[in-house]
Amino acid sequence: MEKFTTLIAIAAPLPMINVDTDKIIPAKWLKTIKRTGLGPALFEAIRYRKDGSEDPGFVLNKEPYRHAEILVTGENFGCGSSREHAPWALLDFGFRCIIAPDFADIFYSNAFKNGILLVKLPQATVDKMMADAEKGANARLTVDLERQVVVRPDGEEVPFDIDPFRKHCLLNGLDEVGLTLQKAETIGGFEARQKTATPWLYR
Amino acid sequence: MVQPAKAKPKTLFDKIWDSHVVERSDDGTCLLYIDRQLVHEVTSAQAFEGLRLTGRKVRRPEANLAVCDHNVPTTDRGKPIEDEDSRIQVAELERNVREFGIPYFPLTDARQGIVHIIGPEQGFTQPGMTLVCGDSHTATHGAFGALAFGVGTSEVEHVLATQTLYQKPAKNMRITVTGTPHRGVGAKDIILAIIGKIGTAGGTGHVVEFAGPAIEALSMEGRMTVCNMTIEAGARAGLVAPDQKTYDYMAGKPMAPKGGAWEMALAYWKTLPSDPGATYDREVKLDASDIAPLVTWGTSPEDVVPITGAVPDPSTARDDNKRRAMERALEYMGITAGTKMTDIPIQTAFIGSCTNGRIEDLRAAAAIARGRKVADGVRALVVPGSGLVKHQAEEEGLDRIFTEAGFEWREAGCSMCLAMNPDKLAPGERAASTSNRNFEGRQGPGGRTHLMSPAMVAAAAIRGRIADVRDFD
Ligand code: SF4
Repeated sequence: MEKFTTLIAIAAPLPMINVDTDKIIPAKWLKTIKRTGLGPALFEAIRYRKDGSEDPGFVLNKEPYRHAEILVTGENFGCGSSREHAPWALLDFGFRCIIAPDFADIFYSNAFKNGILLVKLPQATVDKMMADAEKGANARLTVDLERQVVVRPDGEEVPFDIDPFRKHCLLNGLDEVGLTLQKAETIGGFEARQKTATPWLYR
Repeated sequence: MVQPAKAKPKTLFDKIWDSHVVERSDDGTCLLYIDRQLVHEVTSAQAFEGLRLTGRKVRRPEANLAVCDHNVPTTDRGKPIEDEDSRIQVAELERNVREFGIPYFPLTDARQGIVHIIGPEQGFTQPGMTLVCGDSHTATHGAFGALAFGVGTSEVEHVLATQTLYQKPAKNMRITVTGTPHRGVGAKDIILAIIGKIGTAGGTGHVVEFAGPAIEALSMEGRMTVCNMTIEAGARAGLVAPDQKTYDYMAGKPMAPKGGAWEMALAYWKTLPSDPGATYDREVKLDASDIAPLVTWGTSPEDVVPITGAVPDPSTARDDNKRRAMERALEYMGITAGTKMTDIPIQTAFIGSCTNGRIEDLRAAAAIARGRKVADGVRALVVPGSGLVKHQAEEEGLDRIFTEAGFEWREAGCSMCLAMNPDKLAPGERAASTSNRNFEGRQGPGGRTHLMSPAMVAAAAIRGRIADVRDFD
């Protein structure tokens, strides 16, 4: 996983609520056995026209948003299926940070596991950043994970919350499986106790 | 069990959680032990690849069970899968289960089926367990009083390698359903009513315990339907306290404990229901006798209306965001505000999925289909949730009732629940469906989905438009 420290980037506005994971990446793309290469299929149904050409009205088909690394969007982003293909597609497109009033639970943890920072902010603040995002390349947002602030183009610093463990993993680009494997003995101890208490779980 | 005098009463969720904490850190994050994992072809390839690249092993291969369901055609099982990507994904899972020694039901095995159908069917799912799967509808298994939730592929890999996950404890929510449902109203209507009431984000951050007389009165299969769609209410897991029905259902299942182990397990399971006086962070109450058969009109599972109702008007939306979403949904669905639901014609009827692909669902649909004919121009599919459900239905003659009425009788799989296999909607095609998601494109790009119960889908297939099952005697 790539480290996340400070990101200064173009933010793309996507003012929609309940953006589900089928919308982020349709099921037909779930047939891949790789994590990479899904960027072109991101938001496929709303990004391309029926003949396969780009819909010029869709935000990511416009300059400068083709180069956006931050997405500003509505409540309950990432609801629906558990597919990690959703953060894979977002990452492959180039997004490293998503700002919204809230996120669906499974998407939330999937995103962090892939080095994408999700920032939850009150609706009114998201509205302001949506307006910033609409100004395009002249209005980059700065996301400083160490200090836990988003800096708006006018210099206003907006603090955000993040759980310390996720922050630590993201800042250092840590491999969570590797970290947990260092606890193999503790896990083994738990299993030994469980085997005595509820032996039928060990066939 | 004797409780120490001052022990705080615990919920079912608290009990399962506490008994699985391997390590707790200061901020409340826990390393949680995971007893079982179900594995399917779509969300596992990258997890196994991760293990391979790092030279890691699966910690407890026998704690997993793998099957292919999402990609598989539901027609001829004798032939190889035509779609190349699907074929590769299935072959990849087969290679992975061999290499890592994971139990697997191949496509030709009678026990093959949708992950969430085969877990309970085999007794793999048990009360008090933690169970995960790379699939959001893992919530289904909560019907047994197991803490079951969907995870992403990185977490699948984490569980394979360590048998644990990092988790923050969820908040407790209890949804109490009282009253007796009227004729034509069942488990699917109850859960749709709940989603309509609390919204698709209503359960975010919570584990929901379903309780009350109307839940207790449901069969195990009905409880599975309810828990299955907990995710559509935003909650990661749903739970029903185990009771005699749970134990009767489980007794004798191939992977359930036997003999002395069964007695010991049973004694433990009986300690699981929430203690009297346990408190919840949020309580929701519903009266089942207020619920009519429900259908969805839009592109979010919270877009429900009674079958006697009409397509709602976006100008009545609570705010601008919702109004825009409603307008977009109406445009996508190709319907206009004020249209009576029973005036909406359908081209496809789909009975199946992990929500409604079990034997009782097929019986309910067959009761409506019996002696009737599918309307002209309607394509109607019945897809059993597993090979064993299919076999049971055939024993009962349900397959003949369906085929005589003009329904297609298929092999087990996810089928038209999601557009990953040959069963799909064409752009603009409208379906009455027993599945769980009516998102844009879910059943095929441009496809339009109305969610409802199996009996209601059968009724719609026969009428050729969305219909009230109560008009069928
Ligand atoms: S039936 Fe549908 S919801 Fe259930 S596991 Fe298959 S695709 Fe997912």
